[in-house]
Amino acid sequence: MSRRGLELIVDPVACDGRGVCAEMLPEHVELDRWGYPLIEGEISPPLYDNAVRAVRSCPRQALHLVERAC
Amino acid sequence: MSVTLREPATPTTRHGLLHGLTGEAPDPAIEAHHERWGVLRQGRVGLIDQLDASGLAGHGGAWFPVATKWRAVAQASRRGAVVVANGAEGEPASKKDAFLLAHAPHLVLDGLVAAAAALHARRAIAYVPSTHARGVERAVAERRSLDLDPIPIEVVESPDAFLAGQESAVVNALCGRRRAVPSFVGISSVREQGVGGRPTLVQNVETLAHVALVARFGAEWFRQLGTNRDPGTILLTVDRGEGPVIVEGVLGSPLPDTLGLTPQDLGSYRGVLLGGYGGGWISPEVFAKLPLTEKAARAAGTTLGAGVVALLPGRVCPLAEMADVTRYMEGQGAGQCGPCVYGLADLADAMEHLAYGGAGGLSSDRVLEVCNLVDRRGACRHPDGVARFVRTGLGAFAEEVAAHQRRGACRGTRAARVLPIGSTTAGRRLVSRA
Repeated sequence: MSRRGLELIVDPVACDGRGVCAEMLPEHVELDRWGYPLIEGEISPPLYDNAVRAVRSCPRQALHLVERAC
Repeated sequence: MSVTLREPATPTTRHGLLHGLTGEAPDPAIEAHHERWGVLRQGRVGLIDQLDASGLAGHGGAWFPVATKWRAVAQASRRGAVVVANGAEGEPASKKDAFLLAHAPHLVLDGLVAAAAALHARRAIAYVPSTHARGVERAVAERRSLDLDPIPIEVVESPDAFLAGQESAVVNALCGRRRAVPSFVGISSVREQGVGGRPTLVQNVETLAHVALVARFGAEWFRQLGTNRDPGTILLTVDRGEGPVIVEGVLGSPLPDTLGLTPQDLGSYRGVLLGGYGGGWISPEVFAKLPLTEKAARAAGTTLGAGVVALLPGRVCPLAEMADVTRYMEGQGAGQCGPCVYGLADLADAMEHLAYGGAGGLSSDRVLEVCNLVDRRGACRHPDGVARFVRTGLGAFAEEVAAHQRRGACRGTRAARVLPIGSTTAGRRLVSRA
């Protein structure tokens, strides 16, 4: 299976808008007017490590890094 | 009991689902069903290929190709799948599934058992509203006494909620998990892991009725109605402001012709809601030229959805209708996803202000911003549907919006509403929010 890059997705049921992801990965995440993340999905390779840290830091475990479907 | 069961000779005319369902209360009994269609011999090989050739797509609202869905379930597990006839029909404006369950339950159950046989399923479940559970149980008992089916059919009552028929909500309800609310399934699917962790086919009851016809008479016969690209028929729930009527339309034919509407008739309506409360509004002018296909509906900014066609008569205020439905849809959310919870509340507030508030309310642009913020932000498509409902309505009723912003609520807001919503929101108050 060829790698087509990584994509950040949020589980909107688990997410309750703590905002940690926007602090850790501001290049790809901003918060909407209610405090929920708006994610620019495809992660640029230099930010992979930051994205993994954001996933691990989410207190609701609502962030997932998935391989992009081609 | 000694009976002779007649195998169906393929009728020379291609009948629709409503064939033989005449009179005030068409007979749902198995004898009447077999009189109309003959007995379906279950377990014939090649049904999935026939469904593929038939071009049948799902009639629950998503228009997903049936054969593709069945193959996904078949690939997930050769044996042990669960098949579900989904009759929940949570949308208050849709009545066609209820009609089928009441008057043609055996066509639906034939399709369910055909799915169970084709997918070697270990369970077959009819998931239907409590109002129709007794009737379906009677039908199941009739089938059992004739020893028709190779698999027992379980009947499970669906809750009375808008989202009760959403695919993952169906699975959650059947697993006894939480309420019947959707799950975030991410990139997985109930097709691989559904009821009891098994690959699960959740198929709308009308779709299964069409399956029963393909299983009897084959793809070629099925394709005798409709166009090459859009074969077959569709059940519509049509409301012209006088209550719902079930109409079977031929796909690809002009929609106004299907409903028996002339261009003069169309002049008396203010707008048309296509696809229900998760669908969209179109103008009578667009409606006049619309072919009955999902592709044409999408090109017009909406969807055929589950087949709701609501025409708003001139006496009512479209913005008041929209405001009340938006508030209803907010209340019918599962309350799980932040953008949906807050966004739909904001949309309902904004629509009520537009409809009932004084002059100088929110601009349409502000409302559209909120629509964009809820689109694709939930675990299910509920917020997307409401966003489309509001966004297309503001477009179709731009004149009414401008008039309300200039002069405040119009007289039509005092007329009785025509779009049905749950009793909880009946008789809404006039809202004025600072």
